[in-house]
Amino acid sequence: MTVPVTLEEARERRVQTGGVELCVAELGDPGQPTVILVHGYPDSKEVWSEVAPRLAGRFHVVLYDVRGHGRSTAPKPLRGGFTLKKLTDDFLAVADAVSPDRPVHLVGHDWGSVQAWEFATVKRTEGRIASFTSMSGPSLDHFGHWINSRLKRPTPRRVGQLLGQGAKSWYVYALHTPVLPELAWRGPLGKTWPRILERMEKVPGSGYPTSSLPTDAAHGAWLYRDNVRARLRHPRQDAYAHAPVQLITPLGDAFLSERLYDELELWVPQLTRRTLPAKHWIPRSRPDQLASWITEFVTSVEGGRPEGVTATGKYADRFGGQLVLVTGAGSGIGRATAYAFAEAGARVVAVDRDVEAAVRTAEMSRLIGAPEAWPETVDVSDEQAMEKLAAKVAAEYGVVDVLVNNAGIGLSGSFFDTTPEDWKKVLDVNLWGVIHGCRLFGRQMAERGQGGHIVNTASAAAYQPSKALPAYSTSKAAVLMLSECLRAELAGQGIGVTAICPGLVNTNITSTAHFAGVDAEEEKRRQKKSARLYGLRNYPPEKVADAILRAVVRGEAVVPVTPEARGAYLMSRFTPRALRRIARLEPPL
Amino acid sequence: MTTAVTGGLSVDSAELRGFRQVQQLAYACAEAVAARLEPGITEREAARMQREWLRERGVRDWFHLPFAWFGDRTAFVNFRIPLQFFPTNRRLEPGMPFILDMAPVYDGYTADIGYSGSLGISPVQDRLMADLEAHRELILREVRERRPLREIYEDVDRLMVRQGYANRHRAYPFGVIAHKVDRVKERRWSPHVFGFGTQSLKGLASDALHGHRDGWSPLWSPYRFSDHPPQPGLWAVEPHLGFRGTGAKFEEILVVTDSRDPEQSAFWLDDDLPHVRRWAEEK
Repeated sequence: MTVPVTLEEARERRVQTGGVELCVAELGDPGQPTVILVHGYPDSKEVWSEVAPRLAGRFHVVLYDVRGHGRSTAPKPLRGGFTLKKLTDDFLAVADAVSPDRPVHLVGHDWGSVQAWEFATVKRTEGRIASFTSMSGPSLDHFGHWINSRLKRPTPRRVGQLLGQGAKSWYVYALHTPVLPELAWRGPLGKTWPRILERMEKVPGSGYPTSSLPTDAAHGAWLYRDNVRARLRHPRQDAYAHAPVQLITPLGDAFLSERLYDELELWVPQLTRRTLPAKHWIPRSRPDQLASWITEFVTSVEGGRPEGVTATGKYADRFGGQLVLVTGAGSGIGRATAYAFAEAGARVVAVDRDVEAAVRTAEMSRLIGAPEAWPETVDVSDEQAMEKLAAKVAAEYGVVDVLVNNAGIGLSGSFFDTTPEDWKKVLDVNLWGVIHGCRLFGRQMAERGQGGHIVNTASAAAYQPSKALPAYSTSKAAVLMLSECLRAELAGQGIGVTAICPGLVNTNITSTAHFAGVDAEEEKRRQKKSARLYGLRNYPPEKVADAILRAVVRGEAVVPVTPEARGAYLMSRFTPRALRRIARLEPPL
Repeated sequence: MTTAVTGGLSVDSAELRGFRQVQQLAYACAEAVAARLEPGITEREAARMQREWLRERGVRDWFHLPFAWFGDRTAFVNFRIPLQFFPTNRRLEPGMPFILDMAPVYDGYTADIGYSGSLGISPVQDRLMADLEAHRELILREVRERRPLREIYEDVDRLMVRQGYANRHRAYPFGVIAHKVDRVKERRWSPHVFGFGTQSLKGLASDALHGHRDGWSPLWSPYRFSDHPPQPGLWAVEPHLGFRGTGAKFEEILVVTDSRDPEQSAFWLDDDLPHVRRWAEEK
């Protein structure tokens, strides 16, 4: 994604409202739909400095400093100057100034989202808001009802939710003490805050927060003091959203529990849910993903997109619009995985060395929910071809969010029957294919610095020794260890790595496997026989695909899939000698 | 119960005309009922509509009673026991695929047809239907080559896998892709058990008995008992594709004779059918 402009190039204007002067910045063509970004606490509009330019190519982007923050002036006196009513006045003044004729699209983060919920649910803004994207900031009214419903019917689970959020809200209580927060912010806390953000919240340190932080934070304390107690005690009964809402929930948020939004459908007739594995400050840490979700949502509300196939998959909230690359996507587990991601609304790059099969996977992916899908023909063991592919993908489709290194071939036969050529072939595809994938696409992910996930298809043979599969098992054991090492290395960058160990799955790996040390006819017979055995076992690749999506969502490290794979995994840990006995058995071929 | 269809059975024989007529009637019923399906209709109601439509036009006996499958039931998702084939109270929703499957007996002639459609647009099912054309061609070609039925079954399977689909006819009783149909004696009382007409079952059973002695079976399955060249007669062929909760099939009669001329040795009873017309239009 190219970033055409920066926030410094924004056109600025001042808007007078209710005794304060707001600093409003505009980017992009005013003829396009207007998107207003509202920042949170303790932030200023510069919190959007990564997101706003990414939206400016398509929209008229407007940001303003909330009263008392950044370069907007503060109300006098501060007490009572930050009520939601006054904040709504501010919003309407800005909206009327920048888009007098057309309703605007609201985007709010943290306290920006809290106040935007007020804008989106009060009567007097009706017709002025076209859509609302909320992140990390619940409506205080919904929050009040959420607490009340849990107090009224305190089942153990609901009490747990209440206590969980209660603990996460410690800073809200702290901000209610008089004077001390102001002193802290203007003193030591204001100085160390950027480092705290970088260490604890993984916010990339790139000129943010700005120098106005101490005053922003000191003034902003009144946002809490003026509103929280009053609203939580007497939440409005009519806080229904009058515009479509997109809710983006970061799952690693230290301040807000995702459970807060459990009953949101009651209040929002048109709700789109999105989740992402990140911490609280997603406008800083995940600007690409936010920009793409906001663009997609605003465009669909504006009716600019033809009615397409909608994603129906279980994890559509997580993978919608993400770029997923699957190798070996022409058949078996790879194909099923590509389809599962497509159903979740991901954009899919289907890589296979068989052109026809890759084209087919891409075509069907588009039919079942992928907004875009492309076939690519590459042999994963070919270093140069993989490099070319990586460059092409980055240039044309973007940085891959989820990489599935799945391509693999089978090789069976005793160690002494396995020729060096056999070894080279199986290692080239099964191990080097994974290495190339991780090296090239993993690097792009790491350089972007906005997280991602790598899934490598290992095998139950990675920990189950067998005298029939020495070369195959070796290659897969290497993949397993590679995944574990890479997981350790990439953990600090928000990139997860998973090794999938499927077990006996009914795919065509059996009928394409090479059997070393036998003639062509015997090889055919064994292929047929093993295909039949796997067919009798009949574990569908679709279930492995489900396990892969679940593993990405949960960030799991090693995932044995079939019961026999799970059994062998347990045995490898607790009864390895029994497993070695099994390794001596002759396979029934 | 006659199973002898000889080389003398030409495209225009009166016998085949009878079969063709009832197959046309059944497809007309499917199209009429499909046109009347609307959101909220249940599978049971759709099945009853087919039954009543055919009863009004003189159908008194059945090879099997009409079935209707909606939504992911078209792909037999989570089907474990044969009772699940029977129509349920599943309601039709916009965009849902459906399949109507009926086998009326009229004037002693049997038809067995399957009709796939959707309420509104179902791009996936459209694609499945388009891809079924290759299966229709493959089956006819290999039957004319007199390949063992079991091998043809495996080739159909391979084509499905290449297309990226699941074989859903495997869910049918005995996993059949086709079964024989024949003339049925008309009785005043024609009961049915588990949805299948007793007269037709009797015919199938006697075929199975004769076939068992001579080394063939009236059921075209993936199993060893289908490891024989196509037996002359009328076969209701029903390849059924499934793809992630959407299914599509056609079912129609393939005539197999013992003629030496490949063209005459096997042919589809009738090419003037909805799915065949559709493929022709798309070209």
